[in-house]
Amino acid sequence: MGFAHAVGGTRYLFPDLRTLLARATPLRSGDVLAGVAAETAQERVAAQRALADLPLRHFLSEAVIPYEADEVTRLILDRHDAAAFAPVAHLTVGGFRDWLLAAEPEALAALRPGLTPEMAAGVSKIMRLQDLVAVAARCRVTSRFRNTLGLPGRLSLRLQPNDPVDDPRGVAAAILDGLLLGSGDAVIGVNPATDNLDTTIRLLELLDAVRDRYAIPTQSCVLAHVTTSLLAMERGAPVDLVFQSIGGTEGVNRSFGVTLSLLREAQEAALALGRGTVGTDCMYFETGQGSALSAEAHHGCDQQTIEARAYAVAREFAPLLVNSVVGFIGPEYLFDGKQITRAGLEDHFCGKLLGLPMGVDVCYTNHAEADQDDMDALLTLLGVAGVTYVMGVPGADDVMLAYQSTSFHDGLYLRAALGRKPAPEFEAWMERMGIEAASGAGQLPLAPALIGLQ
Amino acid sequence: MTVPTPWVELRRFTAARVALGRAGHGLPTAAHLDFQEAHARARDAVHSTLDLDALEAALGLPAIRVASQAADRRGYLLRPDLGRRLHEADRARLPPAPGAFLFVVADGLSAIGVQSGAPALIAAAVPLLRRAGLAIAPVVLASQARVALGDEIGEAMGAAMVAVLIGERPGLSATDSLGLYLTLGPRRGRTDAERNCISNIRPGGLSPAAAAEKLLWLTGAALQLGATGVALKDEQPSGTLLP
Repeated sequence: MGFAHAVGGTRYLFPDLRTLLARATPLRSGDVLAGVAAETAQERVAAQRALADLPLRHFLSEAVIPYEADEVTRLILDRHDAAAFAPVAHLTVGGFRDWLLAAEPEALAALRPGLTPEMAAGVSKIMRLQDLVAVAARCRVTSRFRNTLGLPGRLSLRLQPNDPVDDPRGVAAAILDGLLLGSGDAVIGVNPATDNLDTTIRLLELLDAVRDRYAIPTQSCVLAHVTTSLLAMERGAPVDLVFQSIGGTEGVNRSFGVTLSLLREAQEAALALGRGTVGTDCMYFETGQGSALSAEAHHGCDQQTIEARAYAVAREFAPLLVNSVVGFIGPEYLFDGKQITRAGLEDHFCGKLLGLPMGVDVCYTNHAEADQDDMDALLTLLGVAGVTYVMGVPGADDVMLAYQSTSFHDGLYLRAALGRKPAPEFEAWMERMGIEAASGAGQLPLAPALIGLQ
Repeated sequence: MTVPTPWVELRRFTAARVALGRAGHGLPTAAHLDFQEAHARARDAVHSTLDLDALEAALGLPAIRVASQAADRRGYLLRPDLGRRLHEADRARLPPAPGAFLFVVADGLSAIGVQSGAPALIAAAVPLLRRAGLAIAPVVLASQARVALGDEIGEAMGAAMVAVLIGERPGLSATDSLGLYLTLGPRRGRTDAERNCISNIRPGGLSPAAAAEKLLWLTGAALQLGATGVALKDEQPSGTLLP
C-alpha cells in the first residue's frame, strides 16, 4: 500500500513505509547520497504530514526490510510485546508524539517492549529538538556492572585514553589525567590502534591493574573486535565489558564481521567470568548513522531509521553502555554542525525510548563543517536531555583516532552547569581519594608511580 | 591556576593533551587557542594535494597515475561512492600484473603524510616482499581516492593482493598520518571486514620500517590462511609493550 499527502497544490505519493520515513527525515547528506531524501522542502513536510496520520500499528504489518531477508527485522518483530504496546495501539504517529510529550517516566518505561525501532524513528522525524530533549529527559534507564549508571541527577564519562601506538605508559598517563578530572565512571575504554590479540590482552591487563591499584569502582574495556575479545577471554584475560560496533541490518553487521549469534556467544562468555559486582550488564555497543549505507546494506531506508534498528540489536544483550558516535563517520553522512546536532539528539532520544543506557560521542572530524562551538551546543542539549554518559578525551583531541570528542573539562563543565554528579559509587571514591581538591595541591591524590609512571 | 609538577610530568609519557590545567571548569586561554590553531591546520590539510611528480621521483619505481570519479574535493567529501570508482579513461592504462603484490598510493583525506611516508614504506617493504618470493606490480598513484578504489584497480590488473597506502583523516596532533589497508584477492564488492589495517604510520607513530615488518607478517599469514580481514588475526608478537 502507498501513502499520499498534498501540500501547496501538489499531491506527493510515497509507495511504501520505508520511502515515507526517508522522505519525512530532516535533511542530511547521507540520505541525499543514498538517493532517498525528499527532493524539496515541501515534499518533506508532505511526508511528515502523511507520517503523522499513519496509525502506529501499521509498523507491525509493514517491515522496512523484509522479515525473510534480515535477522534484525526478525528480532524486532519476534520480540514485540503486544500487551506493552496496548496503551498507544490506537494512536497515529502524530498522536503518539503528543502522548510522549505528556507521558510520565513510569509510562515511558512500561512502553519499551511494545515499541519497535521504526516507531521511535518515525515519531522522532516529526519532533523538534526541544521535543527530543524533553521526552528523553523523562526516560530513566539504569545499568550496572561495578557501579550504577543512569540514575537521575547523574552524568557519567567514558575515559578514552587512546594512544597512537598502544604505548601502555601513554594510556596510563591519559587515564590518570582523566581520573584527576573526575572522568571514568562509565568505563575506562581504550580503542586499540591495531586489532592485535597480544596488544589487546596487554591493554586489558594494564587497565585492570590501574583499576585495581587505585581501587576504582568502575569497569574497563578494550574496544577490539568481538572475536578478538572472545580469544582474549579464552586466554584468561580480564575482560569486563565486551565491545562491538553494530548496525541496524544483517548486512551492515556482516560488514562488521558479526551476527546475532556471535554477539550472544560473546555475552555468554563475559557473563561466565562473573566480574561485575553490582550488576551483570557486560556489553558495550557503538552505533552511528550512515554505517549501513557505507556497507551498502541500507535497503533503501534512511540512515536514522536504520540507526534506530541497531538499538533493537543492542537491547537484546542488556548492555551496560551504548553510544552513537554521531559526528565520527563524516560529512558524507552528516555534513555540518546542524546535521550532527539533530542526529545526536535523535539517536539519544530513540535509544532512551527503547530502553538503552544511551551515551553520545559528541564529536566531529576535520573534514566536517563543524567546530567546538557546535559541540558545546550539542553537549549542553544532551546534558539537559539527561544523556547517560559522554566521552572524556584529553583536551578533546583523540591522538589515535584523529577526531575531536568531548574533553574531561567538558565533563566538568556539564556537571557544574546542570548540577549533575558522577555515578554514586564513583563519586564516593572521588571523595575518599580527595580528587576534587587535587587541582591546586602540590601532591597528587593518585600516585603516578602506582601505575608505572615514574 | 598552576598545574602541580607531578601532574605536568605526565606529559613525558604521551602526546595527548594532558595536564592542561583549569580555569574554573574550562580550559586556560593558551590551551584553548592551541587547540584552535591545531584545528585550523587540520582543516587546511584536508584540502592539500599530492605532488605526483615529486612522489614518483621519490618512489624510484615505475608508476601509473589514475583518478577516481570524484571531480574535486567537495565532490570527494560528499560522494565517497565516486572516490571508490575508477575514472573510466584510466582503466585502459593499467597494465596486467597477474598474481603480483600491488601498492596503490592514494591521497585520501590528507596528502601530507602520503607524500613522504608512502615512498619510505614502499622502500622498506619491497625487498622484504621480494625475498618472500612475491612479484611486485607497478605502483599505482591514485587521486581523490578512497580505500576501496584499490579493489577495482587490483581486479583490473589481476593482482593477488593489494596494499592501499592512504592519507588518514587529519587529527589535531597529526596531519601526516598514513594508513595501510591490505586486501587479498582484490575485486569490486569487497567489504571492510575483508581487509586488515595498519594505521598511524608517521613520524612519532609507527615507523615505515615497523609497518613494513607488520605488512610482511600479515601478507604471509594471509597467503597461508587464504583470507584477509576479521578471519586473519594480527598475532604478530608485539614485543614493544611494557608490562
